[in-house]
Amino acid sequence: MSEAVLEVRDLKLHFSQRSGVFGRDRTVVRAVDNVSFELHKGETLGLVGESGCGKSSLGKALLNLHKPSAGKVIYQGKDIAGLSDKAMREYRRSLQIIFQDPFESLNSRHTVSAILEEPLLIHRIGDRASRTQRVAALLDMVGLPSSAASKYPHEFSGGQRQRIGIARAIALNPSVLICDEAVSALDVSVQAQILNLLLEIQRELHLSMLFISHDLGVVRHMSDRIAVMYLGQIVEIGDAQAIYQQARHPYTQGLLAAIPRLGSSPEESSQIGGDIPSPIAPPSGCRFHTRCAHTQAQCKIQPPALRPEGSHFTACHFWEDLKPA
Amino acid sequence: MRLLSVQNLSVSIRGDDGIARELVSSISFDIAAGETLGLVGESGCGKSLTAMSILDLLPKPQAARSKGSVLFKGENISTANQPRLRQIRGKNIAVIFQDPMTALNPVQTVAQQIIEVLQIHFPKQSRSAHRHRVLELLREVGIPAPEERLSAYPHQLSGGMRQRVMIAMALACEPDLLIADEPTTALDVTIQSQIVRLLKGLQAKNGMAMLFITHDLALVSQVSDHIAVMYAGKIAEYGKARDVFATPHHPYTQSLLAALPGIHHPPKSPLLALEGQVPAIESMPSGCRFSNRCRFVAEFCHHNVPPVEHISDTNTVACHRWKEINS
Repeated sequence: MSEAVLEVRDLKLHFSQRSGVFGRDRTVVRAVDNVSFELHKGETLGLVGESGCGKSSLGKALLNLHKPSAGKVIYQGKDIAGLSDKAMREYRRSLQIIFQDPFESLNSRHTVSAILEEPLLIHRIGDRASRTQRVAALLDMVGLPSSAASKYPHEFSGGQRQRIGIARAIALNPSVLICDEAVSALDVSVQAQILNLLLEIQRELHLSMLFISHDLGVVRHMSDRIAVMYLGQIVEIGDAQAIYQQARHPYTQGLLAAIPRLGSSPEESSQIGGDIPSPIAPPSGCRFHTRCAHTQAQCKIQPPALRPEGSHFTACHFWEDLKPA
Repeated sequence: MRLLSVQNLSVSIRGDDGIARELVSSISFDIAAGETLGLVGESGCGKSLTAMSILDLLPKPQAARSKGSVLFKGENISTANQPRLRQIRGKNIAVIFQDPMTALNPVQTVAQQIIEVLQIHFPKQSRSAHRHRVLELLREVGIPAPEERLSAYPHQLSGGMRQRVMIAMALACEPDLLIADEPTTALDVTIQSQIVRLLKGLQAKNGMAMLFITHDLALVSQVSDHIAVMYAGKIAEYGKARDVFATPHHPYTQSLLAALPGIHHPPKSPLLALEGQVPAIESMPSGCRFSNRCRFVAEFCHHNVPPVEHISDTNTVACHRWKEINS
C-alpha cells in the first residue's frame, strides 16, 4: 500500500444550534462522529451514504471549511490545525473541491477566463501572459474550446459547467481532489463524459480523490476503496471489490440491495425499513440498530468498533455470523 | 382494454422571443388497465410535459397542447371543459410529483389535505366517514402511528413520509390511473425501494394503471410492463420493458445503456459516453432529432423525420436505419 497523503483521526464535527422559544434550547447535531481513515497517494476513496449521513460535512472539514470539534486532519504528516497562514495557503492550494451544482458554484458575473484565473491570482502564480496560457491549457484539458474563455457560465450546459468547475479545481495542480456529488445533477449521457474526464485527469495529474456520492453505481466505477457512512460514522471501509461483492455490514448489504438493477424486480431486493434517525439524537449503541434486521440486545447498548480483517474494516458486533448478501 | 390512449400529441413552448416551438412532437402511446408504462428520458426531453398535458395541467400560456388527442376510457378529454376535467382529476386520474414538500400545502395538516380531496369528490359522505377513510389510507401507505400523524404538518415529516402522504392523497378516490412524475428522485435509495414496493403493492391490490416517469433506467425497468424511451420530445423506442433493455434497437437507447456505470464495465475503465448534449429547443434538428449525436447518422437522417416502425407486434422504433444497425 502506498503512503497516506491525507489522514483523518477520530474526527468529530458537532454543530450546535439554537431551538425552542427564543432559541433558549441548544441542540447538538453530530454530523461527523469519530471518523478515521487514510487517503493514499493516487487512489480514489469513495464515500457513500444517504443524505444527512455527514459525507459532505466530512469533505468540508478536510478543506478546513469546518473546524473539527475534536480529532485531527493530517496532511503529509502535519496536523492542519497547527499550520501557519502561509502553510495553510499551500495546503488549500493542494486540496481542491468540485461541487454538485455547477450552476451555483460558478460566479455568474465572471467570464470563464476570469473564473479560471482567479485561483492563480490569489496564489500569485505567473504573469498575465502565462496566466492566459494556463487558462487555454486548462480549457483544452477539460475538453472545452478556447472560445469558451470569453463566455459567461449561463452560456453553457450543465455538463460544460461541470467541466469549468473541474478546470478551476485543477488550475493550481492540486494533489487531492474532493468530488462532492460531482455528477449527481447530470443526465446519464453527460455523466459518463464527466466521469471519463475525471478518470483521465486523475491519471495525468496523479491525483488522490475523495469521491463523495449517494450513487453506488458511480462510486463503484470510480473507486479503489470505499467507505460507507451512516449517521456520522463509518460503518464499513475496504476495497471496492470486497465491499460490492462481500459486503459485511447489514447497512451496506441493505444499501446495495436497494439499488435498482436493470431487469430485476423490486421484490428481489431485501429491504431496510424505516427512516434515517436524526443526527441530533442518534440511537444508542449501534446507530443502525433501529433499522437492522439482525439487532440483538448488545447492539442497543454497546457501540460497535470498526474491526479490521486484513484491509477490510466493519463496525458490527455480529458481522461474522451474518451471511454476506 | 385501453384505459388511456394518447394520439399524435404535441406540446409547444413559447420562448422569450414569443415564438411557439414544438417540444413534444406527435407522440402516441396507450396504457391498458392495470399496467405500468414507464416514460424514461433525460431532463428536458418532454416527459413531464407529456404527462401534464394529459390532465391539461400545463403551465399556461408558456406551454400548450398544440395537437393531438387524449382518450380516457374512450372519452376525448383533450376537448373536455374545465368542470369535467375537475371531475376526472383526482378521482379517475391522480398525480404524484417529485417533490412532496412543494406539492403539499405547508399550512394545512395531513388530515386536512386528504379530507379536502374526499370532500370534493364525495361531498355527500359525512365528516367522520372522511376521517375514517384518511386513517385507512395512511395505514395503507405504511405510515406508522397514523392517528398521531393526522395533525402533523408537512414540515414535521421526513421526505419518505411526505411522499407517502402524497400517495395516500392520490389514492383517496381509488383512481384508475396514477401519474407518478419522478416520485422517488428526491429520496434516498433505501426509501426509494420502500416507496416503489408500496406503489407496486397498491397497484396489485387496486388494479390501477400507472404512468411512471423517471430518468432512472434501472428503476424504470423494475416497475414497468411497457417502456417508452423519449429523446428531445419524441418517442425513440417503445415496447415491452424486458425487450427494450435486453435488445435495444434505437441508437439512443443503446447509448444510454452503454453509458451507465455497472457490472459490464471494469472499474475505472472509460465509459462509452454519448458525446454532445440534448439539442436546445431553438436549434432542434429538422430531421431525426437524435441525428447530431448519433454514431450511425446518414445524410438523410438530417432531413427526414424517421417514421415509427414496428419491430414486433408490440414494440416500435423511430430510426431510419434500425434494420441495418441491428443486423
